[in-house]
Amino acid sequence: MPTPSRAWREFPQRYRLEAGKCKKCGAVSFPPRLVCPVCGWREFTKTKLAENGKVLTYTIIRVPPHQFADQAPYAVAIVELSDGVKVTGQVVDCDFDKIKIGLRVKFEFRKMYSEGEAGVIYYGYKFVPA
Amino acid sequence: MHGIVGYGAYIPRNRIKVEEIAKVWGADAPSYKKGLMLEEKSVPSPDQDTITMSVEASKNALRRAKINPADIGAVYVGSESHPYAVKPSGTVLAEAIGATPDVHTADLEFACKAGTEGLFLVLGLVKAGEIKYGLAVGADTSQGAPGDALEYSAAAGAAAFIVGKENVLAETIETYSYTTDMPDFWRREYQYYPRHGGRFTGEPAYFKHIIGAAKGLMAKAKIKPIDLNYVIFHQPNGKFPLRVGEILGFRKEQILPGWLVSKLGNTYSGSSPLGLTATLDISKPGDMIMIVSYGSGAGSDGFIFKVTRRIQEARDLAPKTRDFLDKNKNYLEYGVYAKFRGKIRKAE
Repeated sequence: MPTPSRAWREFPQRYRLEAGKCKKCGAVSFPPRLVCPVCGWREFTKTKLAENGKVLTYTIIRVPPHQFADQAPYAVAIVELSDGVKVTGQVVDCDFDKIKIGLRVKFEFRKMYSEGEAGVIYYGYKFVPA
Repeated sequence: MHGIVGYGAYIPRNRIKVEEIAKVWGADAPSYKKGLMLEEKSVPSPDQDTITMSVEASKNALRRAKINPADIGAVYVGSESHPYAVKPSGTVLAEAIGATPDVHTADLEFACKAGTEGLFLVLGLVKAGEIKYGLAVGADTSQGAPGDALEYSAAAGAAAFIVGKENVLAETIETYSYTTDMPDFWRREYQYYPRHGGRFTGEPAYFKHIIGAAKGLMAKAKIKPIDLNYVIFHQPNGKFPLRVGEILGFRKEQILPGWLVSKLGNTYSGSSPLGLTATLDISKPGDMIMIVSYGSGAGSDGFIFKVTRRIQEARDLAPKTRDFLDKNKNYLEYGVYAKFRGKIRKAE
């Protein structure tokens, strides 16, 4: 389970799909990186990813990590956003027999998990049918 | 001119019918349906709360307002179900929409009227010129004690309003509040479920405050019921808003466009604000709309808005409230509903 400080560092990407765009070659990294994996440059501008996309592939998680135990079974997909960036996220509010490769989905802000009844609640993006 | 430049709604897709709740507790569903005029209510998924619904409603309001979120100078979230006792909902919302850090944020709580309180505050700040835009949200995932009459109505939903001076879609004509001290409904610190005064929540509470606010507001604005195209009153059940409208001299056609409760339930801080979003969805330029909230404890905030021509281009920029209400529904059995709402005691 991450510490609150680590989760806090990830808020811009988890809350707003904020990515890093390399100032030299233009490659977009999500999550943002310190070094561009394409050209090795270290300067980036912030860019916001598209909130619509389609399912490239998916799986159903039935044996989850402990912090997701209450949510199982749940669907996790690799979603290709309309700007071409691929991200991994849960697909919710969708029966499993309705999830298909190519399904149009959109961003929705949801609870990811919480540290029990007394700990921090972590929020972020999931996907729902568009 | 100052007023609403963008509005947005969010309602979860899960529903539970009155019959499904009544059969668990041996209650008579037809009498609840007839007496309270309730058929079903919305239920949040386990990964939804006041914060997540506030974010979705606010993003819909931003789509209609077409403004830079960084220009929002105040973010207020009104709710009686803030996920944290200490730590604001508003900071998560402001961060998620990109309004931080140049923004004032506060969480409000006043039973079912916390949403209109935020609207009251941002209208004042914008009118005074202290901020360019303000965001006010009313959202709740309220809980009724199992088997209590409230369990048939306590629902989930959110409505958000962005207020400004430029490109308004509904101009503020007048505001008025009516407040007294009234022990009709409460929840003490560390208590999970609220308590209420049964029939005492009617005449001296809901009716007195809404009638007081509506009459005071119309007198201040020098208008009569016939001058208003639509009115929205707080909707704890189906019967109360229709009855109070009748007492005040309004026709059903003025009330029904914003009357969502029979299929939605009582969304507490989101209740009358969602009624306003549904009414704006069908309104025409020049329409006069009055909204009067009610929060136990007790008080009512009243607003009169005049719809401008901008409504015609703004309303289709985000999903409509009735679409959230009528489409893509997922009906739950009581067991799943109890699990979703954390009513089942589990091992640690």
